[in-house]
This record gives sequence, C-alpha cells and structure tokens, in this order.
Amino acid sequence: MLEHVNLSLVNWARAQFALTAMYHWLFVPLTLGLTFLCAFFETIYVKTGKEEWKALTRFWMKLFGINFAIGVATGIILEFEFGTNWANYSWMVGDIFGAPLAIEGIVAFFLEATFFAVMFFGWNRVSKDFHLFSTWMVAIGSNLSALWILVANGWMQYPTGMVFNPDTARFEMHNFFDVILSPYAISKFTHATTSGFALSSLFVIAVSSWYLARRRHVLMARRSIAVASVFGLLASLLLGLTGDEAAFMDGKHQPMKLAAMEGLWDGANNAPVVALGIVNGMKKPGDFHEPFVYSLKIPGLLSILANRQPGSFVPGINDLVFGNQERGITGAEQKIEMGRRAAKSLAAYKNAKKAGDIQKASAALDEFNKYRNYFGYGFLKAPEDAVPPVSITFYSFHMMVAVGTGMILIFLLYLFTTARGTVEQATWLYPFGVLFFFLAYMAGEAGWVVAEVGRQPWAIQGLLPVSIARTDIAPDNVKLTFFMFLATFTLLLIAEVKIMLKQIQIGPEEVK
Amino acid sequence: MIGSLDQTVLQELWWILASTVGSLFLFLTFVQGGQTLLWQLGRNETEKSLIINSIGRKWELTFTTLVLFGGALFAAFPKFYATSFGGAYWVWMAILFTFIVQAVSFEYRKKPGNILGSLGYEVFLFINGSIGILLIGTAVGTFFTGSNFVLNEYNLVSWTTPFRGLEAAQNIFNISLGLFLVFNSRVLGALYLLNNIDFSDMEAFRQRTRDAVFSNFLAALPFLLVVVVGLLTMKGFNFDPATGQVDMVAFKYLKNLLAMPPVLVLLLAGLALVIFGVISAKFKEQDKGIWFAGLGTVLVGLSVFFTAGFNHTPFYPSRADLQSSLTIYNASSSHYTLTIMTYVAFLIPLVLAYVAYVWSLMDKKRLEAAEVTGIEADENY
Ligand code: HDD
Ligand code: HEM
Ligand code: HEM
Repeated sequence: MLEHVNLSLVNWARAQFALTAMYHWLFVPLTLGLTFLCAFFETIYVKTGKEEWKALTRFWMKLFGINFAIGVATGIILEFEFGTNWANYSWMVGDIFGAPLAIEGIVAFFLEATFFAVMFFGWNRVSKDFHLFSTWMVAIGSNLSALWILVANGWMQYPTGMVFNPDTARFEMHNFFDVILSPYAISKFTHATTSGFALSSLFVIAVSSWYLARRRHVLMARRSIAVASVFGLLASLLLGLTGDEAAFMDGKHQPMKLAAMEGLWDGANNAPVVALGIVNGMKKPGDFHEPFVYSLKIPGLLSILANRQPGSFVPGINDLVFGNQERGITGAEQKIEMGRRAAKSLAAYKNAKKAGDIQKASAALDEFNKYRNYFGYGFLKAPEDAVPPVSITFYSFHMMVAVGTGMILIFLLYLFTTARGTVEQATWLYPFGVLFFFLAYMAGEAGWVVAEVGRQPWAIQGLLPVSIARTDIAPDNVKLTFFMFLATFTLLLIAEVKIMLKQIQIGPEEVK
Repeated sequence: MIGSLDQTVLQELWWILASTVGSLFLFLTFVQGGQTLLWQLGRNETEKSLIINSIGRKWELTFTTLVLFGGALFAAFPKFYATSFGGAYWVWMAILFTFIVQAVSFEYRKKPGNILGSLGYEVFLFINGSIGILLIGTAVGTFFTGSNFVLNEYNLVSWTTPFRGLEAAQNIFNISLGLFLVFNSRVLGALYLLNNIDFSDMEAFRQRTRDAVFSNFLAALPFLLVVVVGLLTMKGFNFDPATGQVDMVAFKYLKNLLAMPPVLVLLLAGLALVIFGVISAKFKEQDKGIWFAGLGTVLVGLSVFFTAGFNHTPFYPSRADLQSSLTIYNASSSHYTLTIMTYVAFLIPLVLAYVAYVWSLMDKKRLEAAEVTGIEADENY
C-alpha cells in the first residue's frame, strides 16, 4: 500500500486538520470553563435569591452562548474529517476510534443540546431549581464531550486494548476498559479541561478588569473576579500538576516526543531541563552541530520530570534513532528493519493463504508475530523520519509552561487584592490580567502543537504513520477545502469577536 | 450476555439502530424546513422572530442527531464511514459547510454588532435548509443507485470520477429524493410552527402557515411519485449470501418490500400518517399534525433504510465495481466492538426520555409574541 504515497497530499490533509482543530480549540476551552462559572454564579443566585446574581449569571451566559455557537460550527467538521482526510486510518482503526466518538454523541452532546435550550430560554418556563439543574447539566455535558474525544486522542498517543488482525490488516479492540481508562486518556482529560477552566477564569477576569478600569458595573465585576480567581487558582495549580503527569507519560510512552520537547539529542543521566533556549535549526540526527545556539539549563530536572527519579537516564533523539545498546534501547534503525520483515511476512502469509498453503501460511504468521510490534516502522523510509520537528515542539512546550507558571501568579494577585478589598485600586494589575487571557489561548494551542506535532510521523504512535493514514484523493481537492475552511472560519471568527465585544460594551443589566 | 449474540445479529441490530437515528434526523429536519419558510411566512419582524425562536429551540437537537448518525456509522460500520466520507468527498464537504454556517446563524442573526447583517444569516439558514437537505437526500439516493468507487485489497477507496460524489446529483432518482426531502421538511416545519406558536391576534399568519403545509405537500408529491415508481421498477443490487458475489437484479427493491412485509407496512403506514397529518392541518384546523407527519416520516425513513440494507442488499453499492459494494456484513466493526456499543446503546432510551421530558416541559406553553419582542426578549434569537 506504500506505492503511491503522495507527500503533498499528506501535508495538505495535515494542514487542513490542524487548521480546523485549532479553530475548534479557540472556542472549546471557553465553553469548558465558562459553563462551570455560570453554574457557580447561578448556584449563588439560587442560594441567596439576590437578583444581582441572576443578572450577573445571565450576562456571562450570553457571552457563553455566542462562543458556544461557533464552537459547535467548528466541531461538526472534525467529526467527519477523520473520514474525509484519513479514510485509511478510519478503516484500519474504526473499531477502536469510532466507539468513543459515537459514545460522545450519545452521552455528551445530547446533554448539552437538550439542556442548552432550557438554560437560555427556560428562565420563565421551568422552575428555578430545574433551571439550575440544566445549567449544571450543560457544564457536565460539555466536559463529558471533552472526556470522550480525549479518550480517542489519548489512544492515538498510546494505543492499548487492541490487537492487529492479520487477516483483515486492521486493528481491533479487545479491551474497551483499557482504552477508556488508559492513563494517557486520564492525563489528557484532566489537563485539557483544567486548561479550559483556567482560560475561562482569565476571560472573566479580563472582562471584569476592563469594567473596573472604566468604573462601570463595579459590583458585578468585583463579584465575578472573586469567583473566577478562586476557580482559576485551583485550576491553574491542577493544570501544572496534570501537565507534569502528561510529561511523565510522554517519558514512559513517547520518549521521542519528550526528547523533542526539551531538545535533548544525546541521552544523559541527570538530564537537564532547558529553562530558556534558542534551538539550532541545522541540527540533524547523528551530526556534530550544537543543539542550541543559546541555552540556560537546570541540571538534573528532566530526569526527575521524566522518570520521577533523580539522576536517572533520559534517552535523547540520537539514542532513539540509532539505538543505544548500553542502555538497552532499540533504535528506529533496527525497528525499521524488523518492521520491514513484519510487512514481508504478512504479505507472504496473505499469498500463502490465497494459494491455500496452510503450512506456509502459519509459518509466515509466526514470523510476522515475532516482529508485529514494529510493523508500523516498516513504512518509514529512513531512521531520521522517526524524529518530529524539534524546534516547533520545543518552543511550543516552553511557551506553554511559561504561561502556566505565570498565570498562577496572576490568579494569586487577583485573589489577594480581592480578599483585601483593594482590587478596585489595583489598576496596575489589569493589563496583566488581559495579557494573560491572550497568552492562555496561545498556551492552549501550543499544548496541542506539542501533543500532535511532537508525535510525528505517527498518526498512531508506533503503529501507523500519517502517510499511510490518508485518503486517496487528488491534493487539489484538499487544498481547495483548506482555503474554504480558512475563509469561512476566519469570517465567522471576526463576526463572533465583534458580537462579543459589543455585548461586553453593552454590559450586564443593572439591577436597581 | 450480548457478547454471546451472533455477529450477524449484532450487525443487523446496528443497522436498525443507525436507521433509527437517521430517521429521527429526517423528522427533526422540521428545523431546516422552518428555516426555508422564514421569508415566505414571516411578513414582519415579529413573525420572523416567532419562527426563528420556535425552531431555534430545537436546532441543536437536529444538529446533534446528525452528528450522532455520523458517529454511530463510524463505530458500527467503519468501512462505510471510510469509503463514503473519503470517497464522496465533495458531497459531504458541501453538506457540512451548510451545517457550519447554520450553527452560528440563530445566535448571531439579531445580535448587535454583527457584520453580516440579519440578512446574511437568513441566507445561511436558507442554504442549509435547501441545499443541505437536497444533498443529504441525494446521498441517501446513492444507497439505491450506487456510487463510483473501487476498493483495493487493503480496502483503500478510490473514486472513479473527479467530482467525488457530486455526480450523484445528475441522477433523477437521487435528485427527486432530495427535493422530496426538502419539501417534506417544509411540510414538517409548517406543521411544527402551527403547533408551537401562539397565533392569537395573528390570524393571517396562522392561515399562511396552514396553507404552507398543504402547498408544500402538493409540491412534494411529484417527486415522491418519481421516487416511489423509480424504486419499485429499478434494477437493484443484490448479493449472494453464500459467496458474497454482487450482481444486478430486476425489480430488486420491489422484491425486497414483498419479501419483508413489515417493511412494506412501515412504508405504507408512514405515508398514510404523513398524509393524515397534512389533511388534519388543512381541512380540520388541527394543530397536532406535526406528531402524525413526524412519526410518518420516521416510519418512511426506516422503511427506506431497511430496504437498502436488508434482504441480501448491499446498502452502499458501487456502480464502478460491483464487488466493492458494501453490505452491513462486510462493512461492520468486529464482534467485540459491536458488543460494547450495544451495551452503550442501552443509554439511548434514557437520552430519549430526558429529551422528551425537557421538550414537553419547555413547550407546555406556546411561544407568544411578547416573549420574543418584550423586555424578556433578551435571551432570544
Ligand atoms: C491554558 C493552556 C495550558 C497551559 C498553561 C498548560 N497546558 Fe499543557 N496542554 C494544554 C494546555 C495548557 C492542552 C491544550 O490542553 C494540551 C494539548 C493536548 C492535551 O491533552 O492538553 C496540553 C498538552 C501538554 C503536554 C503534551 C501531552 C501529550 O503528549 O499529549 C504536556 C507534556 C503538557 N501539556 C505539560 C504542561 C506543563 C508542564 C504545564 C505547566 C504548567 C502546562 N502544560 C501548561
Ligand atoms: C478532533 C477531534 C474533535 C472532534 C471530532 C470534535 C467534534 C465536535 C462536534 C461534532 C461538536 C458539535 C457537537 C454538537 O452537536 O453540539 C463539538 C463541540 C464541542 N467539542 Fe469538539 N471535537 C473535537 C475536539 C474536541 C476537543 C479536544 C475538546 C475538548 C477537550 C472538544 C470539546 C467540545 C465541546 C466542549 C463542544 C461543545 C461546543 C463548543 O465547542 O462550544 N472537542 N465537537
Ligand atoms: C483541538 C485541538 C487539536 C489541535 C490543535 C490539533 C492539532 C493537530 C496538528 C497541528 C496536526 C498536524 C500534525 C502534523 O502533521 O504536523 C494534527 C493531526 C492530527 N490530529 Fe490533532 N489536534 C487537536 C485535537 C485532536 C484530537 C482530539 C484528535 C483525535 C481525537 C486529533 C487527531 C488528529 C489526527 C487523526 C491527525 C492526523 C494525523 C497526524 O497528522 O498525526 N487531533 N492535529
């Protein structure tokens, strides 16, 4: 099936997927967190019975609704893009990958869709309690949809619970619970949702700060900040913890990604974390270029992050490409060799079976089983192909971590000033609140770049390279839809931002 | 328990489940129908607001049902998902685009600061309700008329025309099915509005809506006729259960209906219910027609999907290479996955139950003009 791999097609398909996914991720994090914040606000309203809290809830809900609509618009295309762009992938792993998508529809999207209508239009049609219940259901539903899609994504990063069926040449699920309870899925879910909570808290803080700076809606802004800074602080602490867990997972299951995240070319005991660095773009596996033009390192920290063991060995890109016998690391070079043997024996098995030669078939199958774990590597042309783009991965990762650390401080400052009752005077803090709101968006997108670019060339880690996953279609088709998406989504984004800004300018209704 | 069921039983069960979701979607296209009626029925801003807000409270449900239809097909019949979406690329892309623009339109149409103006979003809604539904009908038509694909030995799909599925729109049968669905969705839309809006003091508006039920029904009839006659007379795809060999058989779909009397009953009962719904609205001044016509649409949908997939019929046949045709038996996922998914499907009744409960709670009181124009109009579309 390798004969006519068309690289430009693969790249357009990737670009299109990345474009649409990144657009989706502009809106999803705000949905994930803002629903919970609305639920908090409304809970306070129902508990206290104070109309101001209702007005406050309705204001944030309105902003949520504007964001939600475009989140849905950008989501539907992703659901079908697995088929349109990655048809071969969909066929080969549909048994495993399709299930979470369908479950997402049944358990999550319907919760959202049903209770969304109550949340917006039910104020006078259902009881107060049922309304509150509906708001919580929307929050839970949107976060459940994150769960299932991240189960699917986690499985691609760390495929478990399945076997390869040589007769059909596809992967089949054999343990559902391994798939959904995979540590990768859990780490992805917790990290991605908390990133949404943090971002949404910053959204509320940024908008409220703008009001405070203009001395408008002061009481409402102060209250919103009080709730959001507590939520944001908790979320950002969890975000750091779960991010650490994600890196630990990468160390265990995607060591190449981790090496690229830190620009670690030669493995070492006491491996350092690069606090600041400029990557040397010339560097290639096995050459003698310096990895960094400039770097500030913290010795030993990477060993702790990757293995939770001070002084332990962390493999570098070169070890993973060329192997390191001393450390018992099989390099991509040898894996490719074994992968090709697997492919050969699979073909032999198929031919023998077609010819009805049972003995020969079973011998070929035995041979295949010996190398089956490396089957995917057989599709790579050269060991260097196993290396993801290092500088993109490196910079994205470092930007995300820097923002993650910084936002904890921002939440602390807002909480501190709120507690002392001086947040109204702390005008110097507002620009930082607004700035970090935008930085959080960048960090979230950067996180996905780390996760997705860092796992190249694999669509499914170690099993299926992107080049094999694609649909057989003339690249011009994909190119054309790429630009159609770019134009449509950009237009809708501009429309959304305008409407959002207008609503913020109008502000909440003041309760007399 | 379910794991001990035969693979073929699970495959058939999942075809029934997917058909049910697809048929429910056809019922829920009353939203799309309402969208295309907006300019025709709404003569002033209040009437337009009433229409938009009435169907606008259901659009998410229709949308989500479509998404679930896609997801269920992916999980249960991955080879279909891969072949159809990867193959008939442009049809699906075009359909999806109409749904992308729909998703923002309700929310943004009336919001201050919107750069496209109300009209822009109304055009989006119209496109979704017309072209979107037309293309969906065309795509369903290919279940009977076939598509132009070839699968190689690794099941990689290649398409034999550069139009990637859009060529299906050249076929009279496919197009008629699409147009029938468009007009049927308009019938459903008008029926839904009749039942959902409080028309007090808006007699002309009510009458216009009532008339729309009947006129769109009349418009749908010729296309229905082409579809029914076409279906009953056309040569169809058939596979031999012993060898899996696919060939063409005269009057195949007529034979399917005769071989499966319950499916024939579904079809006839469905059509009768739709007609009853229309008549009750037009001649008896009844407002509950949506429930009859809606149920009728679901039944007709089921009979169409069953005719396409059961009785040794490949549901996604290939005209380019008969032997590449997909059947519910060769396109499904493994026994294990179908088993797991069947357990998950036990949640569907629960979902239906809360959807129905919330629906009745929210629609207990009809939508009044004051609600969409008064002070409380804040949260409206
Ligand atoms: C506001 C956004 C945000 C912030 C501040 C952080 N993250 Fe993050 N990160 C994400 C948003 C995100 C994300 C968008 O949610 C990702 C993409 C994939 C995923 O599951 O979560 C992600 C992925 C991601 C990955 C890749 C996981 C994989 O291999 O799939 C790692 C290792 C980290 N993060 C680690 C961290 C650390 C150590 C942080 C320090 C505090 C951090 N992240 C802050
Ligand atoms: C590439 C994979 C993805 C696919 C196929 C996908 C699919 C979809 C679809 C079809 C919708 C519209 C649902 C509806 O009918 O209401 C949607 C919305 C949503 N998705 Fe995604 N999605 C993907 C990635 C993600 C990720 C990574 C998350 C969260 C971590 C997420 C969270 C959500 C949420 C919360 C919504 C609700 C609407 C909103 O965005 O505001 N999705 N998605
Ligand atoms: C919403 C946030 C996401 C972003 C920003 C994102 C980003 C990307 C990027 C940049 C690529 C291209 C990588 C490259 O080729 O260099 C990619 C590929 C891909 N992603 Fe994601 N992704 C997201 C979520 C997901 C999720 C949730 C899934 C699966 C459930 C997923 C599945 C895929 C697949 C199948 C590909 C194509 C194969 C590949 O290129 O590896 N993505 N994504």
